[in-house]
Amino acid sequence: MNELCQLSLKRAHQLLKQRKISSVELTKAILMRIAEVEPELQACVTVDEDMALKQAEVADKYISAGKIQPLTGIPALIKDVICTKGMRTTCSSKMLENFIPPYDATVMKKLKAQSVVTVGKTNMDEFAMGSSTENSAFFPTHNPWDLNRVPGGSSGGSAVAVASNETIFALGSDTGGSIRQPAGFCNVVGLKPTYGRVSRFGLVAFASSLDQIGPITKEVTDCALVMNAIAGHDPKDSTSVPYHAPDYTQSLVPEVKNLRIGVPQEYFVEGMQSEVRTIVEVAIKKLEELGAKIDWRVSLPHTKYALASYYLIAPSEASANLARYDGVKYGFSYADADNMWEALEKTKQFGFGDEVKRRIMLGTYALSAGYYDAYYLKAQKVRTLIRREFDQAFEKCDALVSPTSPTVPFRLGEKLEDPLQMYLSDVCTLPINIAGIPAISIPAGFSNGLPVGMQVMAKPFNEEILLQIAFAYEQATDWHERKPPI
Amino acid sequence: MKLSREEVKHIAFLARLGLTEAEVGKFRLQLSNILENFEMLKQVDTSDVLPTAQSIALQNVLREDEITAESLPQGEILANAPQQDDNYFKVKAVLE
Repeated sequence: MNELCQLSLKRAHQLLKQRKISSVELTKAILMRIAEVEPELQACVTVDEDMALKQAEVADKYISAGKIQPLTGIPALIKDVICTKGMRTTCSSKMLENFIPPYDATVMKKLKAQSVVTVGKTNMDEFAMGSSTENSAFFPTHNPWDLNRVPGGSSGGSAVAVASNETIFALGSDTGGSIRQPAGFCNVVGLKPTYGRVSRFGLVAFASSLDQIGPITKEVTDCALVMNAIAGHDPKDSTSVPYHAPDYTQSLVPEVKNLRIGVPQEYFVEGMQSEVRTIVEVAIKKLEELGAKIDWRVSLPHTKYALASYYLIAPSEASANLARYDGVKYGFSYADADNMWEALEKTKQFGFGDEVKRRIMLGTYALSAGYYDAYYLKAQKVRTLIRREFDQAFEKCDALVSPTSPTVPFRLGEKLEDPLQMYLSDVCTLPINIAGIPAISIPAGFSNGLPVGMQVMAKPFNEEILLQIAFAYEQATDWHERKPPI
Repeated sequence: MKLSREEVKHIAFLARLGLTEAEVGKFRLQLSNILENFEMLKQVDTSDVLPTAQSIALQNVLREDEITAESLPQGEILANAPQQDDNYFKVKAVLE
Protein backbone atom coordinates (compact mmCIF):
# COMPACT_ATOMS: atom_id res chain seq x y z
CA MET A 1 0.00 0.00 0.00
CA ASN A 2 1.24 3.45 -0.93
CA GLU A 3 1.52 5.32 2.37
CA LEU A 4 -0.22 8.41 0.96
CA CYS A 5 -3.63 6.74 1.19
CA GLN A 6 -3.10 6.21 4.92
CA LEU A 7 -3.04 9.96 5.52
CA SER A 8 -5.65 11.67 7.61
CA LEU A 9 -7.48 14.54 5.95
CA LYS A 10 -5.70 17.03 8.18
CA ARG A 11 -2.25 15.63 7.34
CA ALA A 12 -3.02 15.32 3.62
CA HIS A 13 -4.07 18.97 3.61
CA GLN A 14 -0.80 20.02 5.30
CA LEU A 15 1.29 18.12 2.76
CA LEU A 16 -0.70 19.53 -0.16
CA LYS A 17 -0.33 23.02 1.22
CA GLN A 18 3.41 22.61 1.67
CA ARG A 19 3.50 21.19 -1.91
CA LYS A 20 5.21 18.06 -0.62
CA ILE A 21 2.59 16.05 -2.47
CA SER A 22 0.18 16.85 -5.28
CA SER A 23 -3.49 16.02 -5.47
CA VAL A 24 -2.78 13.91 -8.56
CA GLU A 25 -0.23 11.82 -6.61
CA LEU A 26 -2.63 11.43 -3.72
CA THR A 27 -5.52 10.52 -6.02
CA LYS A 28 -3.40 7.97 -7.90
CA ALA A 29 -2.42 6.36 -4.58
CA ILE A 30 -6.10 6.15 -3.61
CA LEU A 31 -7.08 4.69 -7.00
CA MET A 32 -4.35 2.04 -6.68
CA ARG A 33 -5.53 1.15 -3.21
CA ILE A 34 -9.10 0.82 -4.47
CA ALA A 35 -7.95 -1.48 -7.28
CA GLU A 36 -6.00 -3.54 -4.74
CA VAL A 37 -8.71 -4.17 -2.14
CA GLU A 38 -12.05 -3.79 -3.94
CA PRO A 39 -12.17 -7.39 -5.18
CA GLU A 40 -12.42 -8.45 -1.52
CA LEU A 41 -14.25 -5.53 0.13
CA GLN A 42 -16.71 -4.37 -2.55
CA ALA A 43 -17.22 -1.00 -0.88
CA CYS A 44 -17.74 0.96 -4.11
CA VAL A 45 -20.57 0.98 -6.64
CA THR A 46 -18.89 3.45 -9.01
CA VAL A 47 -15.27 4.56 -9.35
CA ASP A 48 -14.49 7.12 -12.04
CA GLU A 49 -10.71 7.25 -12.44
CA ASP A 50 -10.69 9.70 -15.35
CA MET A 51 -12.96 12.19 -13.67
CA ALA A 52 -11.05 11.88 -10.40
CA LEU A 53 -7.72 12.57 -12.07
CA LYS A 54 -9.13 15.52 -13.98
CA GLN A 55 -10.52 16.98 -10.76
CA ALA A 56 -7.14 16.39 -9.08
CA GLU A 57 -5.38 18.29 -11.88
CA VAL A 58 -7.75 21.20 -11.43
CA ALA A 59 -7.19 21.12 -7.67
CA ASP A 60 -3.42 21.17 -8.19
CA LYS A 61 -3.80 24.31 -10.31
CA TYR A 62 -5.68 26.04 -7.51
CA ILE A 63 -3.05 24.92 -5.02
CA SER A 64 -0.22 26.19 -7.27
CA ALA A 65 -2.03 29.52 -7.42
CA GLY A 66 -2.06 29.62 -3.63
CA LYS A 67 -5.80 29.03 -3.47
CA ILE A 68 -6.06 26.10 -1.11
CA GLN A 69 -8.99 25.42 1.19
CA PRO A 70 -9.08 22.65 3.84
CA LEU A 71 -10.57 20.09 1.43
CA THR A 72 -8.92 21.19 -1.82
CA GLY A 73 -7.45 18.24 -3.71
CA ILE A 74 -8.63 15.70 -1.12
CA PRO A 75 -10.05 12.45 -2.58
CA ALA A 76 -13.49 11.55 -1.25
CA LEU A 77 -16.03 8.78 -1.70
CA ILE A 78 -19.73 9.60 -1.51
CA LYS A 79 -22.55 7.33 -0.38
CA ASP A 80 -24.58 6.46 -3.45
CA VAL A 81 -27.72 8.10 -2.06
CA ILE A 82 -26.33 11.62 -2.60
CA CYS A 83 -26.89 13.10 -6.07
CA THR A 84 -23.70 13.76 -8.03
CA LYS A 85 -24.19 15.63 -11.27
CA GLY A 86 -23.16 13.49 -14.22
CA MET A 87 -22.14 10.56 -12.00
CA ARG A 88 -24.49 7.60 -11.60
CA THR A 89 -26.45 7.67 -8.33
CA THR A 90 -28.04 4.28 -7.77
CA CYS A 91 -29.06 4.03 -4.08
CA SER A 92 -27.76 0.46 -4.62
CA SER A 93 -31.11 -0.27 -6.23
CA LYS A 94 -32.10 -1.74 -9.58
CA MET A 95 -34.65 1.06 -9.63
CA LEU A 96 -31.91 3.69 -10.09
CA GLU A 97 -29.18 1.50 -11.60
CA ASN A 98 -28.78 3.83 -14.59
CA PHE A 99 -29.88 7.13 -13.05
CA ILE A 100 -27.53 10.03 -13.76
CA PRO A 101 -28.56 13.09 -11.76
CA PRO A 102 -28.78 16.34 -13.74
CA TYR A 103 -27.81 18.30 -10.62
CA ASP A 104 -25.59 18.14 -7.54
CA ALA A 105 -26.82 17.77 -3.98
CA THR A 106 -26.04 20.90 -1.95
CA VAL A 107 -23.34 19.03 -0.01
CA MET A 108 -21.69 18.13 -3.33
CA LYS A 109 -21.81 21.74 -4.46
CA LYS A 110 -20.12 22.72 -1.22
CA LEU A 111 -17.44 20.06 -1.57
CA LYS A 112 -16.83 20.94 -5.21
CA ALA A 113 -16.55 24.63 -4.30
CA GLN A 114 -13.44 23.55 -2.38
CA SER A 115 -12.22 21.37 -5.30
CA VAL A 116 -12.63 18.05 -3.56
CA VAL A 117 -11.79 15.06 -5.77
CA THR A 118 -14.91 12.90 -6.15
CA VAL A 119 -13.45 9.45 -6.69
CA GLY A 120 -16.73 7.56 -6.72
CA LYS A 121 -19.82 6.32 -4.95
CA THR A 122 -20.12 3.79 -2.14
CA ASN A 123 -22.31 0.75 -1.65
CA MET A 124 -25.22 0.82 0.78
CA ASP A 125 -28.37 -0.97 1.77
CA GLU A 126 -30.93 -0.30 -0.96
CA PHE A 127 -32.42 3.18 -0.43
CA ALA A 128 -30.54 3.27 2.92
CA MET A 129 -32.87 0.62 4.37
CA GLY A 130 -30.83 -1.82 6.39
CA SER A 131 -28.09 -2.29 8.95
CA SER A 132 -25.60 -4.52 7.14
CA THR A 133 -25.23 -3.34 3.50
CA GLU A 134 -26.47 -6.80 2.52
CA ASN A 135 -29.62 -5.20 1.11
CA SER A 136 -27.64 -3.71 -1.78
CA ALA A 137 -29.18 -4.93 -5.03
CA PHE A 138 -25.66 -5.29 -6.46
CA PHE A 139 -23.42 -7.06 -3.90
CA PRO A 140 -22.73 -7.11 -0.17
CA THR A 141 -19.78 -5.16 1.25
CA HIS A 142 -17.35 -6.96 3.54
CA ASN A 143 -15.96 -5.81 6.88
CA PRO A 144 -12.19 -5.29 6.54
CA TRP A 145 -11.66 -6.57 10.11
CA ASP A 146 -13.22 -9.93 9.17
CA LEU A 147 -14.31 -10.50 5.59
CA ASN A 148 -17.00 -12.93 6.71
CA ARG A 149 -18.75 -10.22 8.70
CA VAL A 150 -20.93 -7.29 7.73
CA PRO A 151 -19.62 -3.71 7.84
CA GLY A 152 -22.90 -2.43 9.27
CA GLY A 153 -25.23 -0.25 7.31
CA SER A 154 -26.66 1.42 5.58
CA SER A 155 -23.50 3.49 4.91
CA GLY A 156 -21.38 0.31 4.98
CA GLY A 157 -19.43 1.12 1.82
CA SER A 158 -18.40 4.54 3.12
CA ALA A 159 -17.27 3.18 6.50
CA VAL A 160 -15.30 0.32 4.92
CA ALA A 161 -13.65 2.65 2.42
CA VAL A 162 -12.46 4.99 5.20
CA ALA A 163 -11.30 2.12 7.43
CA SER A 164 -9.29 0.46 4.67
CA ASN A 165 -7.73 3.61 3.18
CA GLU A 166 -9.72 3.56 -0.07
CA THR A 167 -10.41 7.23 0.50
CA ILE A 168 -9.33 10.09 2.74
CA PHE A 169 -12.89 10.67 3.94
CA ALA A 170 -16.44 9.77 2.97
CA LEU A 171 -19.96 11.07 3.27
CA GLY A 172 -22.77 8.93 4.62
CA SER A 173 -26.39 9.44 5.53
CA ASP A 174 -28.09 8.49 8.78
CA THR A 175 -31.81 7.86 9.26
CA GLY A 176 -31.65 5.50 12.26
CA GLY A 177 -27.93 4.88 12.74
CA SER A 178 -26.69 4.44 9.18
CA ILE A 179 -23.54 6.53 9.72
CA ARG A 180 -22.80 5.63 13.34
CA GLN A 181 -23.40 1.87 13.36
CA PRO A 182 -21.10 1.13 10.37
CA ALA A 183 -18.53 3.60 11.75
CA GLY A 184 -18.59 1.62 15.01
CA PHE A 185 -18.35 -1.69 13.15
CA CYS A 186 -15.33 -0.51 11.13
CA ASN A 187 -13.37 1.47 13.79
CA VAL A 188 -13.80 4.91 12.24
CA VAL A 189 -15.47 8.19 13.25
CA GLY A 190 -19.03 8.89 12.12
CA LEU A 191 -21.18 11.91 12.96
CA LYS A 192 -24.90 12.35 12.52
CA PRO A 193 -25.51 16.09 12.75
CA THR A 194 -28.61 17.65 14.30
CA TYR A 195 -31.64 17.40 12.02
CA GLY A 196 -31.55 20.57 9.92
CA ARG A 197 -27.82 21.26 10.34
CA VAL A 198 -26.81 19.91 6.91
CA SER A 199 -28.91 20.40 3.77
CA ARG A 200 -30.81 17.36 2.51
CA PHE A 201 -31.27 18.87 -0.95
CA GLY A 202 -30.17 16.19 -3.41
CA LEU A 203 -30.18 13.43 -0.81
CA VAL A 204 -32.50 10.75 -2.20
CA ALA A 205 -35.32 10.72 0.35
CA PHE A 206 -35.93 7.75 2.63
CA ALA A 207 -37.62 9.18 5.75
CA SER A 208 -37.63 12.93 5.43
CA SER A 209 -38.10 13.82 9.11
CA LEU A 210 -35.16 11.61 10.13
CA ASP A 211 -32.56 11.72 7.32
CA GLN A 212 -29.29 13.65 7.76
CA ILE A 213 -26.01 13.63 5.80
CA GLY A 214 -22.78 13.46 7.79
CA PRO A 215 -19.03 12.74 7.65
CA ILE A 216 -17.26 9.40 8.07
CA THR A 217 -13.57 9.99 8.80
CA LYS A 218 -10.40 8.42 10.15
CA GLU A 219 -10.07 10.90 13.01
CA VAL A 220 -12.15 13.41 14.94
CA THR A 221 -10.23 16.39 13.53
CA ASP A 222 -11.17 15.31 10.01
CA CYS A 223 -14.80 15.10 11.08
CA ALA A 224 -14.70 18.75 12.17
CA LEU A 225 -13.09 19.76 8.87
CA VAL A 226 -15.77 18.02 6.81
CA MET A 227 -18.52 19.51 8.99
CA ASN A 228 -17.08 22.96 8.33
CA ALA A 229 -17.49 22.28 4.62
CA ILE A 230 -21.02 20.84 4.59
CA ALA A 231 -22.95 22.45 7.48
CA GLY A 232 -25.14 25.50 7.11
CA HIS A 233 -28.44 26.86 5.89
CA ASP A 234 -29.74 26.04 2.42
CA PRO A 235 -32.80 27.81 1.00
CA LYS A 236 -33.41 24.71 -1.14
CA ASP A 237 -34.13 22.62 1.97
CA SER A 238 -36.91 24.21 4.01
CA THR A 239 -36.01 21.99 6.98
CA SER A 240 -32.44 23.26 7.07
CA VAL A 241 -32.11 25.74 9.91
CA PRO A 242 -31.17 29.38 9.29
CA TYR A 243 -28.53 29.33 12.03
CA HIS A 244 -24.91 30.19 11.48
CA ALA A 245 -22.70 27.10 11.49
CA PRO A 246 -19.68 27.53 13.75
CA ASP A 247 -16.03 26.71 13.01
CA TYR A 248 -16.02 23.15 14.32
CA THR A 249 -12.23 22.98 14.54
CA GLN A 250 -12.53 25.38 17.51
CA SER A 251 -14.05 22.45 19.42
CA LEU A 252 -10.93 20.33 19.09
CA VAL A 253 -9.81 20.95 22.64
CA PRO A 254 -8.66 17.85 24.57
CA GLU A 255 -10.53 18.84 27.70
CA VAL A 256 -13.48 17.20 29.44
CA LYS A 257 -12.83 18.45 32.95
CA ASN A 258 -16.08 19.04 34.83
CA LEU A 259 -18.23 18.18 31.84
CA ARG A 260 -21.32 16.37 33.05
CA ILE A 261 -21.67 13.15 31.07
CA GLY A 262 -24.66 10.88 31.63
CA VAL A 263 -24.94 7.15 31.03
CA PRO A 264 -28.54 6.22 30.15
CA GLN A 265 -29.12 2.80 31.70
CA GLU A 266 -31.70 1.79 29.12
CA TYR A 267 -29.03 1.81 26.41
CA PHE A 268 -27.34 -1.19 28.00
CA VAL A 269 -30.12 -3.34 26.65
CA GLU A 270 -31.08 -6.93 27.15
CA GLY A 271 -29.28 -8.96 24.51
CA MET A 272 -26.28 -6.65 24.50
CA GLN A 273 -23.04 -8.60 24.21
CA SER A 274 -21.22 -8.49 27.55
CA GLU A 275 -17.88 -7.60 25.87
CA VAL A 276 -19.49 -4.58 24.25
CA ARG A 277 -20.86 -3.45 27.60
CA THR A 278 -17.50 -3.93 29.32
CA ILE A 279 -15.52 -2.13 26.62
CA VAL A 280 -17.83 0.89 26.64
CA GLU A 281 -17.83 1.00 30.45
CA VAL A 282 -14.02 1.07 30.38
CA ALA A 283 -14.18 3.88 27.80
CA ILE A 284 -16.55 5.86 30.04
CA LYS A 285 -14.18 5.37 32.97
CA LYS A 286 -11.46 6.80 30.78
CA LEU A 287 -13.55 9.95 30.36
CA GLU A 288 -13.94 9.99 34.15
CA GLU A 289 -10.16 9.73 34.56
CA LEU A 290 -9.82 12.69 32.23
CA GLY A 291 -11.93 14.74 34.59
CA ALA A 292 -15.51 14.36 33.35
CA LYS A 293 -18.23 13.99 35.96
CA ILE A 294 -20.03 10.77 35.10
CA ASP A 295 -23.62 10.20 36.16
CA TRP A 296 -24.07 6.42 35.80
CA ARG A 297 -27.75 6.51 36.66
CA VAL A 298 -29.43 8.62 33.99
CA SER A 299 -32.75 7.12 32.96
CA LEU A 300 -34.63 7.52 29.68
CA PRO A 301 -37.54 5.13 30.37
CA HIS A 302 -39.26 5.46 27.00
CA THR A 303 -36.18 4.21 25.16
CA LYS A 304 -37.69 0.73 24.92
CA TYR A 305 -40.49 2.12 22.76
CA ALA A 306 -38.16 3.91 20.36
CA LEU A 307 -37.65 0.92 18.06
CA ALA A 308 -41.36 0.37 17.44
CA SER A 309 -41.95 4.09 17.07
CA TYR A 310 -39.08 4.39 14.59
CA TYR A 311 -40.06 1.38 12.51
CA LEU A 312 -43.54 2.82 12.06
CA ILE A 313 -42.51 6.42 11.35
CA ALA A 314 -39.61 5.67 9.00
CA PRO A 315 -41.51 3.17 6.81
CA SER A 316 -44.55 5.46 6.72
CA GLU A 317 -42.45 8.31 5.37
CA ALA A 318 -40.66 5.89 3.05
CA SER A 319 -43.91 4.59 1.61
CA ALA A 320 -44.83 8.14 0.63
CA ASN A 321 -41.35 9.06 -0.64
CA LEU A 322 -40.89 5.92 -2.73
CA ALA A 323 -44.26 6.29 -4.44
CA ARG A 324 -42.40 8.53 -6.91
CA TYR A 325 -40.71 5.55 -8.58
CA ASP A 326 -43.37 5.09 -11.22
CA GLY A 327 -41.11 4.22 -14.15
CA VAL A 328 -42.09 7.39 -16.02
CA LYS A 329 -39.64 10.20 -15.25
CA TYR A 330 -36.47 8.25 -14.49
CA GLY A 331 -35.33 4.90 -13.24
CA PHE A 332 -36.31 1.35 -14.03
CA SER A 333 -39.50 0.93 -16.04
CA TYR A 334 -41.34 -2.31 -16.77
CA ALA A 335 -41.86 -2.15 -20.51
CA ASP A 336 -44.13 -5.10 -21.31
CA ALA A 337 -47.24 -4.08 -19.39
CA ASP A 338 -50.68 -3.95 -21.00
CA ASN A 339 -51.84 -0.89 -19.13
CA MET A 340 -50.72 1.91 -16.80
CA TRP A 341 -51.57 0.15 -13.52
CA GLU A 342 -49.77 -3.00 -14.48
CA ALA A 343 -46.73 -0.96 -15.54
CA LEU A 344 -46.71 0.77 -12.16
CA GLU A 345 -47.07 -2.43 -10.15
CA LYS A 346 -44.50 -4.37 -12.14
CA THR A 347 -42.02 -1.48 -12.12
CA LYS A 348 -42.01 -1.59 -8.32
CA GLN A 349 -42.14 -5.38 -8.18
CA PHE A 350 -38.98 -5.79 -10.26
CA GLY A 351 -37.28 -2.50 -9.34
CA PHE A 352 -37.30 -2.85 -5.53
CA GLY A 353 -35.68 -5.48 -3.31
CA ASP A 354 -37.25 -7.29 -0.36
CA GLU A 355 -36.47 -4.85 2.46
CA VAL A 356 -37.72 -1.87 0.47
CA LYS A 357 -40.94 -3.74 -0.32
CA ARG A 358 -41.33 -4.70 3.34
CA ARG A 359 -41.02 -1.10 4.45
CA ILE A 360 -43.37 0.20 1.79
CA MET A 361 -45.90 -2.39 2.98
CA LEU A 362 -45.36 -1.60 6.66
CA GLY A 363 -45.67 2.13 6.07
CA THR A 364 -48.68 1.82 3.80
CA TYR A 365 -50.38 -0.29 6.45
CA ALA A 366 -49.55 2.14 9.29
CA LEU A 367 -50.97 5.03 7.25
CA SER A 368 -54.07 3.25 5.96
CA ALA A 369 -57.63 3.98 7.00
CA GLY A 370 -58.48 2.33 10.30
CA TYR A 371 -54.87 1.87 11.39
CA TYR A 372 -53.49 5.42 11.19
CA ASP A 373 -54.36 6.34 14.80
CA ALA A 374 -53.24 3.06 16.30
CA TYR A 375 -49.89 2.97 14.51
CA TYR A 376 -48.62 6.14 12.84
CA LEU A 377 -50.19 8.71 15.15
CA LYS A 378 -49.35 6.65 18.23
CA ALA A 379 -45.74 6.40 17.07
CA GLN A 380 -45.58 10.17 16.60
CA LYS A 381 -46.89 10.72 20.14
CA VAL A 382 -44.31 8.34 21.56
CA ARG A 383 -41.78 10.35 19.55
CA THR A 384 -42.80 13.42 21.57
CA LEU A 385 -42.18 11.56 24.84
CA ILE A 386 -38.76 10.37 23.69
CA ARG A 387 -37.75 13.91 22.71
CA ARG A 388 -38.99 15.27 26.01
CA GLU A 389 -36.89 12.78 27.96
CA PHE A 390 -33.78 13.83 26.06
CA ASP A 391 -34.57 17.51 26.77
CA GLN A 392 -34.84 16.73 30.47
CA ALA A 393 -31.63 14.69 30.49
CA PHE A 394 -29.74 17.54 28.83
CA GLU A 395 -30.82 19.92 31.59
CA LYS A 396 -28.55 17.92 33.89
CA CYS A 397 -25.97 16.57 31.44
CA ASP A 398 -23.75 18.16 28.80
CA ALA A 399 -23.70 14.89 26.89
CA LEU A 400 -24.80 11.26 27.09
CA VAL A 401 -22.74 8.18 26.20
CA SER A 402 -23.66 4.63 25.22
CA PRO A 403 -22.48 1.80 23.02
CA THR A 404 -23.12 2.55 19.33
CA SER A 405 -24.46 -0.94 18.72
CA PRO A 406 -25.41 -3.79 21.09
CA THR A 407 -23.11 -6.23 19.28
CA VAL A 408 -19.85 -6.48 17.41
CA PRO A 409 -20.15 -6.89 13.60
CA PHE A 410 -22.27 -9.97 12.89
CA ARG A 411 -21.74 -12.59 10.20
CA LEU A 412 -22.92 -12.09 6.65
CA GLY A 413 -26.31 -13.72 6.28
CA GLU A 414 -26.84 -14.06 10.03
CA LYS A 415 -29.83 -11.72 10.27
CA LEU A 416 -30.94 -11.55 6.67
CA GLU A 417 -33.99 -13.79 7.05
CA ASP A 418 -35.18 -12.21 10.30
CA PRO A 419 -35.99 -8.52 9.71
CA LEU A 420 -36.87 -7.84 13.35
CA GLN A 421 -33.44 -9.09 14.53
CA MET A 422 -31.83 -6.83 11.93
CA TYR A 423 -33.90 -3.86 13.19
CA LEU A 424 -32.62 -4.50 16.75
CA SER A 425 -29.12 -3.68 15.51
CA ASP A 426 -30.20 0.00 15.50
CA VAL A 427 -31.62 0.00 19.00
CA CYS A 428 -28.99 2.38 20.45
CA THR A 429 -28.85 4.71 17.46
CA LEU A 430 -32.40 5.25 16.24
CA PRO A 431 -33.72 7.15 19.31
CA ILE A 432 -31.29 9.92 18.32
CA ASN A 433 -32.97 10.39 14.93
CA ILE A 434 -36.39 10.33 16.55
CA ALA A 435 -35.30 13.19 18.81
CA GLY A 436 -33.39 14.96 16.02
CA ILE A 437 -30.30 15.42 18.21
CA PRO A 438 -26.67 15.03 17.07
CA ALA A 439 -24.52 11.99 17.94
CA ILE A 440 -21.07 10.69 17.06
CA SER A 441 -19.58 7.20 17.07
CA ILE A 442 -15.89 6.87 17.90
CA PRO A 443 -13.55 3.87 18.18
CA ALA A 444 -13.63 2.59 21.78
CA GLY A 445 -11.91 -0.79 21.75
CA PHE A 446 -11.89 -4.32 20.37
CA SER A 447 -13.48 -7.63 21.23
CA ASN A 448 -11.62 -10.59 19.69
CA GLY A 449 -10.25 -8.34 16.97
CA LEU A 450 -13.62 -6.76 16.14
CA PRO A 451 -14.24 -3.04 16.69
CA VAL A 452 -16.62 -1.59 19.27
CA GLY A 453 -17.91 1.97 18.94
CA MET A 454 -18.94 4.42 21.64
CA GLN A 455 -21.77 6.83 20.89
CA VAL A 456 -21.80 10.35 22.34
CA MET A 457 -25.06 12.35 22.16
CA ALA A 458 -25.78 16.02 22.79
CA LYS A 459 -28.63 18.46 22.64
CA PRO A 460 -29.67 19.95 19.28
CA PHE A 461 -27.06 22.09 17.50
CA ASN A 462 -24.35 21.18 19.98
CA GLU A 463 -22.09 19.17 17.68
CA GLU A 464 -19.23 21.13 19.24
CA ILE A 465 -19.40 19.28 22.55
CA LEU A 466 -19.51 15.93 20.74
CA LEU A 467 -16.35 16.83 18.88
CA GLN A 468 -14.69 18.07 22.06
CA ILE A 469 -15.42 14.88 24.02
CA ALA A 470 -14.54 12.68 21.04
CA PHE A 471 -11.28 14.57 20.51
CA ALA A 472 -10.32 14.36 24.19
CA TYR A 473 -10.99 10.62 24.21
CA GLU A 474 -9.10 10.10 20.94
CA GLN A 475 -6.06 12.00 22.26
CA ALA A 476 -6.02 9.79 25.36
CA THR A 477 -6.39 6.47 23.50
CA ASP A 478 -5.01 4.85 20.36
CA TRP A 479 -7.91 2.71 19.11
CA HIS A 480 -8.27 4.90 16.03
CA GLU A 481 -4.69 4.13 15.03
CA ARG A 482 -5.40 0.42 14.68
CA LYS A 483 -5.95 -0.53 11.07
CA PRO A 484 -7.63 -3.63 9.64
CA PRO A 485 -5.37 -6.44 8.40
CA ILE A 486 -6.30 -6.02 4.71
CA MET B 1 -51.75 -8.84 14.99
CA LYS B 2 -51.93 -11.60 12.41
CA LEU B 3 -52.43 -10.35 8.88
CA SER B 4 -54.42 -12.43 6.42
CA ARG B 5 -53.32 -13.02 2.83
CA GLU B 6 -56.17 -10.75 1.72
CA GLU B 7 -54.93 -7.94 3.97
CA VAL B 8 -51.40 -8.28 2.60
CA LYS B 9 -52.79 -8.11 -0.95
CA HIS B 10 -54.89 -5.08 -0.04
CA ILE B 11 -51.85 -3.21 1.36
CA ALA B 12 -49.88 -4.07 -1.77
CA PHE B 13 -52.77 -2.78 -3.86
CA LEU B 14 -52.81 0.51 -1.93
CA ALA B 15 -49.05 0.86 -2.54
CA ARG B 16 -49.45 -0.25 -6.19
CA LEU B 17 -46.76 -2.81 -5.47
CA GLY B 18 -46.87 -6.03 -7.44
CA LEU B 19 -46.23 -9.17 -5.36
CA THR B 20 -45.93 -12.83 -6.27
CA GLU B 21 -47.99 -15.37 -4.31
CA ALA B 22 -44.79 -16.49 -2.59
CA GLU B 23 -44.04 -12.92 -1.53
CA VAL B 24 -47.56 -12.54 -0.16
CA GLY B 25 -46.95 -15.56 2.06
CA LYS B 26 -43.50 -14.41 3.19
CA PHE B 27 -44.52 -10.82 3.92
CA ARG B 28 -47.65 -12.01 5.75
CA LEU B 29 -45.50 -13.83 8.30
CA GLN B 30 -42.76 -11.19 8.55
CA LEU B 31 -45.11 -8.20 8.80
CA SER B 32 -47.33 -10.00 11.30
CA ASN B 33 -44.30 -10.72 13.45
CA ILE B 34 -43.13 -7.10 13.27
CA LEU B 35 -46.58 -5.64 13.99
CA GLU B 36 -47.12 -8.03 16.88
CA ASN B 37 -43.90 -6.78 18.40
CA PHE B 38 -45.02 -3.17 17.93
CA GLU B 39 -48.22 -3.82 19.93
CA MET B 40 -46.08 -2.78 22.92
CA LEU B 41 -46.74 0.86 22.01
CA LYS B 42 -50.24 0.38 23.39
CA GLN B 43 -48.71 0.27 26.87
CA VAL B 44 -47.63 3.92 26.60
CA ASP B 45 -50.05 6.50 27.98
CA THR B 46 -50.19 9.22 25.33
CA SER B 47 -53.57 10.70 26.28
CA ASP B 48 -52.29 14.28 26.73
CA VAL B 49 -49.41 14.09 24.27
CA LEU B 50 -49.27 15.91 20.95
CA PRO B 51 -47.65 14.12 18.00
CA THR B 52 -44.23 15.15 16.70
CA ALA B 53 -43.96 15.27 12.92
CA GLN B 54 -40.48 16.76 12.82
CA SER B 55 -37.94 17.45 15.52
CA ILE B 56 -36.96 21.07 14.94
CA ALA B 57 -39.11 24.05 15.75
CA LEU B 58 -39.14 25.62 12.28
CA GLN B 59 -42.63 26.50 11.09
CA ASN B 60 -44.07 27.92 7.92
CA VAL B 61 -40.86 28.51 6.01
CA LEU B 62 -41.90 30.93 3.30
CA ARG B 63 -40.25 32.80 0.47
CA GLU B 64 -41.30 35.27 -2.18
CA ASP B 65 -43.23 33.63 -4.98
CA GLU B 66 -40.70 34.28 -7.67
CA ILE B 67 -38.32 32.20 -9.74
CA THR B 68 -35.05 32.20 -7.82
CA ALA B 69 -33.24 28.99 -8.60
CA GLU B 70 -31.85 28.08 -11.94
CA SER B 71 -34.11 25.68 -13.84
CA LEU B 72 -32.85 22.65 -15.69
CA PRO B 73 -33.09 22.51 -19.48
CA GLN B 74 -35.77 20.22 -20.88
CA GLY B 75 -33.23 17.91 -22.51
CA GLU B 76 -31.42 17.25 -19.22
CA ILE B 77 -34.66 16.45 -17.43
CA LEU B 78 -35.74 14.07 -20.19
CA ALA B 79 -32.34 12.40 -20.40
CA ASN B 80 -33.25 9.87 -17.68
CA ALA B 81 -36.74 9.16 -19.01
CA PRO B 82 -37.34 5.47 -19.80
CA GLN B 83 -39.54 6.52 -22.74
CA GLN B 84 -39.96 9.90 -24.35
CA ASP B 85 -41.67 11.21 -27.44
CA ASP B 86 -41.40 14.67 -28.97
CA ASN B 87 -39.96 16.20 -25.76
CA TYR B 88 -42.62 14.64 -23.55
CA PHE B 89 -42.49 11.80 -21.04
CA LYS B 90 -44.28 8.89 -22.65
CA VAL B 91 -46.76 6.95 -20.49
CA LYS B 92 -49.30 4.18 -21.03
CA ALA B 93 -52.86 5.33 -21.72
CA VAL B 94 -54.51 6.60 -18.53
CA LEU B 95 -58.02 6.54 -19.96
CA GLU B 96 -59.10 3.57 -22.01
